[in-house]
This record gives sequence, structure tokens and C-alpha cells, in this order.
Amino acid sequence: MISINIKINGKKISKEIPDNILLSEFLRDNLSLTGTHVGCDTSQCGTCVVHLNGNSVKSCTTFVADCDGAEVTTIEGIANNGKMHPMQEAFKKHHGLQCGFCTPGMVMSAVDLLKKNKNPSEQEIRDWLEGNICRCTGYQGIVAAVKDAASKM
Amino acid sequence: MANLVGAKIERKEDKKFLTGKGRYTADINLSKQTYAYFVRSPHARAKIIKVDHSKAMKAPGVIDVFTGDSVVKDKIGGLICGWKIVSQDGKDMKCPPHPVLAKDSVNFVGDHIAVVVAETLEQAKNAAELVNVSYKVQKSVTRTDEATKFENIHEGIDNNLSFDFLLGDKGKTDEAFSKADKIVKVDIVNNRLIPNAMEPRAAIGDYNASSDELTLYTASQNPHLDRLIMSAFNAVHPEHKFRIVSPDVGGGFGSKINVYAEDVVIAYASKKIGRPVKWVAERSESFMSDNHGRDHVTHAELALNSDSKITGLKVDTIANLGAYSLVLAAVTPTYLYAPLLLGIYDIPAACCTVKGVYTNTAPTDAYRGAGRPEATYVIERIVTEAAKEIGMDQAEFRKKNFIKKFPHQQCLVHNIDSGDYDAHLDKAIELSDYKNFENRRSQSAKKGKLRGIGFSTYFEACGVAPSAVVMSIGSGVGLWESAEVRFNATGNVSVFTGAHSHGQSHDTTFAQIVGDKLGVAIENIDIVHGDTDKGPFGMGTYGSRSLAVGGTAIVKACDKIIAKGKKVAAKMLDGKPEDIDFKAGEFILKNSNKKKTIGEIAFACYLPGTFGDVNSPLPEGVEPGLIETSFFDPSNFSFPSGSHICEVEVDEETGETKLVKYTVVDDFGTVINPLIVEGQVYGGVAQGVGQALYENAHYDKSGQLTSASYMDYTMPRADNFPHIALDYTCTPATSNPLGAKGCGEAGTIAAPAAVMNAVIDAVGTDVQMPATAEKVWKALKKNGSKKAAA
Ligand code: FES
Ligand code: FES
Repeated sequence: MISINIKINGKKISKEIPDNILLSEFLRDNLSLTGTHVGCDTSQCGTCVVHLNGNSVKSCTTFVADCDGAEVTTIEGIANNGKMHPMQEAFKKHHGLQCGFCTPGMVMSAVDLLKKNKNPSEQEIRDWLEGNICRCTGYQGIVAAVKDAASKM
Repeated sequence: MANLVGAKIERKEDKKFLTGKGRYTADINLSKQTYAYFVRSPHARAKIIKVDHSKAMKAPGVIDVFTGDSVVKDKIGGLICGWKIVSQDGKDMKCPPHPVLAKDSVNFVGDHIAVVVAETLEQAKNAAELVNVSYKVQKSVTRTDEATKFENIHEGIDNNLSFDFLLGDKGKTDEAFSKADKIVKVDIVNNRLIPNAMEPRAAIGDYNASSDELTLYTASQNPHLDRLIMSAFNAVHPEHKFRIVSPDVGGGFGSKINVYAEDVVIAYASKKIGRPVKWVAERSESFMSDNHGRDHVTHAELALNSDSKITGLKVDTIANLGAYSLVLAAVTPTYLYAPLLLGIYDIPAACCTVKGVYTNTAPTDAYRGAGRPEATYVIERIVTEAAKEIGMDQAEFRKKNFIKKFPHQQCLVHNIDSGDYDAHLDKAIELSDYKNFENRRSQSAKKGKLRGIGFSTYFEACGVAPSAVVMSIGSGVGLWESAEVRFNATGNVSVFTGAHSHGQSHDTTFAQIVGDKLGVAIENIDIVHGDTDKGPFGMGTYGSRSLAVGGTAIVKACDKIIAKGKKVAAKMLDGKPEDIDFKAGEFILKNSNKKKTIGEIAFACYLPGTFGDVNSPLPEGVEPGLIETSFFDPSNFSFPSGSHICEVEVDEETGETKLVKYTVVDDFGTVINPLIVEGQVYGGVAQGVGQALYENAHYDKSGQLTSASYMDYTMPRADNFPHIALDYTCTPATSNPLGAKGCGEAGTIAAPAAVMNAVIDAVGTDVQMPATAEKVWKALKKNGSKKAAA
């Protein structure tokens, strides 16, 4: 067991945790933040993506023990006072989701892309999202959503 | 109120998913919950000599371990095949026993043997390692084309042949071939796929000993059917004390139709230990144990006359059922496949045989399209070859042979009610700029790329339903659908449907239909599904049936609401029911300005008594309340169709194929919400492209699944696609009042042929799916390419 201090969606948390616990497990099982999903066991699908100190990471391959002092934002933390983030709005407008399982990871990756590249081309969006699998949408609505969000942010 | 039907309306269900509030089975945790982990076979085929779980029982945290012996002792039934096929010799198909926990033998890698239930998942996993299974490993067979030559893997099933199915008139077809001026032949492998819904399967059993009620939360496309099967066949718990909740489900694509061993065992285990038991599949377990799809080997021949008209079609297919037969395993490669082989061509004679074979692989069943993509692939490949061999333009040859008049009785099964195939092909040709293709080809050549073009003009039979038809050909149940429309006293509406949404957007589409019918704002309409304790018995969602069948049941229930509303309005407005019109949410007495809103009527229906000055608004004999139920069973399937045109570029040096242009024009009949339909098409196309270029479930010689992770099974990703161009034509369906034909599977059905026809056009020689860089490179080399040989 180790003790960590971590800020999750703006809330400070200090906890004793087993040193092998993954960030995805911690969020889902200890904090009931089940918006972060787990879709694979080989760090390939991207359904678990969250922001760690502002950068997108796969929470299924991040140890909480390595996050001491860090700031984590999950899908539950990006709306502002109940108003959805422009990326969330854009996904809705362009039908960027169907079953919704890949969606939290997809949105978190997309938000990070726009932080790093304010005005990405369609190809840049597609290349960036290569680490997030969506089985439902064929990606077209997702790409349109990211483009639209870029124009609004 | 503006028309909701036909409008691009954003989805009601989106907000919860976008803000992380979706509630999938794995997100549910119950108090006193325990965790399950399955012990699975590492061998493709073996006799089980002994399952020794004594050490596991003593491991920390372990509550119990259940094995094949436990389920036999408690008389838990095995898994069933829900649709029985009859062979050409008149005998029923052969189904081996399929126990939920194997006792005597295992037949594929991942076959379920035991389950460990413990206080934590880690403890369950650790203890599972201690379950000692001794095996006598046997030789195994995994290849479709080798199955009938291999020793019997199930006792009493000779040549591993489950059925030998025949559809069509063999004599007439032979005659057509004997008179043919030209015969075209193709050999086709339809690769095995793994559905890969992004949410892995999961189940939580929750037995309440005081009320004797059992609840199973499970990711399922059809909770009522699950309950029926688990009560009637697996004998887990009686139906009236058994509730199945299928909450938010992260994609299905056919893989969540079946009642799986894990569902039965988790429900059973919870009853046994009297506490909730939770199981969530790891992705590798999903790869191994979800039903797989496709896996056919086919030889097909097409007869033509000297006028370039198709005169006959002959198809022989071997379909790999895997180790056992699942619920729809047998109907998928037979009745969902063989009739569709005719495509949208006017073919006077055809016959098709299908041998369903057992192998030591994961069982196959419906995967998006189920039989129809396989059939479309055969006909669209052979039609393409035919046009090529007689030197005719791809579009022209197709048009020459299209069905032109409707209704059209095909020579095999279907009676197609409506369509206009020239219309969607013409539109697709226009949209894809077909006439300038050769310019694009030479431009690609300048970059050192081989460009190819492929057509796929498809149809499908969906709205899978007509009970009389499906039961006459072996279905164990009728496939009607139910709906209940419940007006609450305050005027909002709860709609219960037997269909299930796992991405299909029913919350929105169905609300649009109800909103238009009843004149209620969609915010005030709640679509409820996925809980056997809430709505009436329903058949679930698959086969692109929810709108055509489930949507129609809702329309019919709304009609009943309006009929009752008219009676009540008549009393309240001092008129006769036949003088009441209903429009945009208002009941209006003809030739007067007297009217009542549907909300007022609903309220009145719940206050039938006399109170002060208020007299009962209910006419004599009319019951209180405003709730109506309807069950809809259509007279026919519906037949969407369309044209896909694909262009690819192949790198001659590496063999790598890139999709560069893709055009779709579909005829889905009436479209309720174009935004949602487009999404279904894009997603469907992506899965079809996946099959054509990337995906392949592979077993090695010893029967190990070597593609059991996303590192080895190539999923299509965002950077694999260009922008897809999409348009529609519309000929409404005549078999349901909405005119809707269904759109959920179309993309997956059409795309593999469009892509492969383009690849083969580029490469200049035959390539089998998936057209991986290695395969294409080898084909180029074989075809004499100098660059590829380098
Ligand atoms: S769960 Fe798949 S990448 Fe993290
Ligand atoms: S919306 Fe279902 S996986 Fe992306």
C-alpha cells in the first residue's frame, strides 16, 4: 500500500492504495467514475482515455502510484457547470456516437488534439484518433464533430 | 407542430453517454457482490479426465467453485440451437449437446469448464489457476474445407456434418446451365470475423432468497428471449420470477443475441450462493468466446446467354458452425443466406447447397448482416467477373439484368414488394463521378499506384419477422414485435418496446414516430426497453427489424390510443366519436370550434368519477386509463437495396491497399431520421471494409486462436477511411404502414464486395479477403508485377 495525493476533476483526494492498482480501476471501482471504460486488455482500444496533467493517457496502463501529485480529468469533469463542453456538443450535433461505449475516450482524445493543434485537417484528426477504436460509427460523424468543435473553440 | 418524421433530430440519448453517465452492465455494483472468473479450455479438443477444484476451494476469498458436475446435479440445461434446419434428405440437422460447463470434453479454445466465485476479482482469478483439469488432448480440426474429411468430433455426427441444405430447383438450374452460352466460375472464401462490440460481454446475477426472485443484468440484444430460453431450456429459474435487465449496451452486431454459457452460469451461481455474482469479460475472453461470424468456403457458377442475360446460378457452400450450434447458427448460412444469392437480378433458375460443418473453433452465429453479406459477396463477385469476361461495362451489365418490375417473385424465396434499382445505381454513378474514373486511374499510376474500382449493387431481406414464414422454415419462435403506449395522467408518455437499443437510437427515432402520431413533444416521450419487468414480451433487436416491426407496433398502439381518445372526446364535447377528428394532438368536433388536447383527454381518462360539478368524462363501457398495447406481425420482409461504388489505390511495391473514394446510394424506403440512418450506414460500411481489408479470425494448426487481441486482429480505425459520400433514393416498403425498410446492416452487406471488386480490379488477379498487404503483394507477384517482385 502507498498513500497518494491526487486531484480528480478538481477535487483533492488523499488515499491509501495498493501499489498495483491501475488508474482505470481506481476511477471506476473506488470513485464510481464509470464514464471511463475498459474495452481491452492490451492498451489498444482507447475507451479508457483520460487527461493526466492535461495530456491524454490510457488509464488502463497508468498506475495510480505514478500519479502522486497529478491532476486527472475524466469525461465526468469536462462539462462546465452543467453545460457540456463544445466537443461534447459537437459529438451530439454530428451523431459522433451510437452505443456510447467508445465515446468518453474518444471525446477526451479529441479535446487533447485541439489543445495541441487548434485547426487540424481531416487527415490529422483521423491520424490522431487512430488509437481509439469505435465499432459503431465508422468514424465519419466523429471526424465531423472534431472539425466543428475546432471551429468553435 | 412540425413533422418530426424525416427530420435530422439530435439524439435524446446522447447526453448521458457524452457526460459519462451511461450505465453499462460493468458499471453496476450491488451490495454484497461477489466476482466470477471462468476456467476455460486451453486445448482445441480434449477429453476431460478430471476437474479437481479442491485446492481452489481452499484459496483465500473463494466462496464456491462450480463445474460440469454441479450443473448436471442441479439439472441446468445446455445451450440450444433456436432454429432447426432440415437437410435435403428430409432429416433434421444434428446438434451436439452443449453444456454450460463442460464435463466430458472440450471442443474449442475458450470452451467453458468451471467458474470460481470469490470475494474479489483478483481472488477469483488466482483461485481459477488452482483448478486442476486433466485432459487427454485429441487431434483437432479448424479449417472449414477440411471438416468433412476429419474424424468425428462429436459422437454420432458423421463427417462432422450438421446439415446438408438445398434450396432451389436443381433440375431447372442444370437445364439452364446445359443451354448456357457462357459459364462464369468463382471460388470464394468468406473470412471468419469476430464481432467486437466495444463493450465486452458482462453479467451480474442477483438472487433474492426472500422473494425467490432472480435478476440477471446482462449485455443482451433481446432480454425477453433470453429469459424465455433460460427458463424453458436451461431451467435456471421460472419465467415469472425471473427478471432480465439489459441496461445500456455497448454495441451488439449479433454477438449479444445468444444466451451464453456465462449468462446461465452467473444466474445459477447467484442462486446457489445467495449473493450477487458479477462477471465482466476480458477482451481476450471476448475474442475466444463471443460468437464469431461468416467463415464460408464457396464455389459458384453463373450461366449467361448470348444476349448477356443471366440464366442460372449454382452455389455450393460449406459453412463453419464452429464447435456447437448456437441460437441462430443454422439459419444464418441457410435461409438468411441462400435466398439472397440472387441479388437484385432477374435470375430464372437457381440452386444452392450449404453444408453446415462442426470444427474445433468458437461457435459462429449472426454477425451484422448475418448471411446476407456472405450472399451479396458471392453474387456481386461473380456478376463482376461475368461482366469482365464478356467485356461489358460493370454498370451496364448489372442494369441489363436488374429486376425491373415490382412486386417480383424471385425463383428461390422472396417476393420483393418495391424497388427501383436503376435509380440508385444511376445516382451512385453520378455521385462517384464514374465517367472520369479512367483519368483518376492514370493519375494514380503517375504516383506509382494501381487504382481499381468496384461495384456492389445489393439488396437484403430485413425486418426479420413474418412469424408464419419463419416458423414454417424452422424458427422456434415467431418474430413479431410488441409495444405499449402508456399515457400518464399528467400528459407525458411512456412507450415500452420489445426492441432493444444498443446504439440504434430508438430513444429518438421511436419518440419521433410517437410525437408525430400523438402530437406530443418528444421531450415528453420516454422510450423504455431492456427490462423484462417493465414492458410486454418482445423479440429484441437484430436483422434490421426494430423500425419496420417494432416501430410499426408502436404506430398501431398509438392508433388504439387515438381511437379511445375519440370516444372520450366525443362525450366531453357532446358529439359522436365518428365526428371527432384527431390532428396534431387535438381532438376536434367536426364543424365546430370545440376541441380537447390529448393531454386533457389523458387526464380525463384517469379521473372517471363524479366530483362536485365534474361528471365522468368516460362514456359508458369505456375503461379508465389510457394505455394501449399492440403486437405487430408483418406480412412480408422488407427489401432495402442500394449501390456502393468503391475506389482503392494499391501500392505495387508493398501491396498495401488504401481506400480512396467510397460512394453509397441506398433505398431504405421511408427514413425517420437521416442523421441516424447515415450513422448506421457509415458504421456498417466500416465493418464491411474491415472484413475486406483487415479483419480475420485465425486459428493455427493446433487450434489456438492466434488473433485474440487487438494487436493481432486488425480493427478498422479512423485513419483507414476517406470521407464517405452518401445519398438516397426512396421506394417505400408496402409491408408496414411506415414504409420503412431497415438500414442497420446494409453497409456491412454491400461493402465487402465493393471493396474486393476494386482491389481485384487494381491488382488484375484474384485475391481473397482480407486483402492484406502480404496477400496483395503475393498476388501482384504471381500476376507478373515487376515492382512487387523486387
Ligand atoms: S482499455 Fe483499451 S486501451 Fe485502455
Ligand atoms: S459508439 Fe459504439 S463503439 Fe463507438
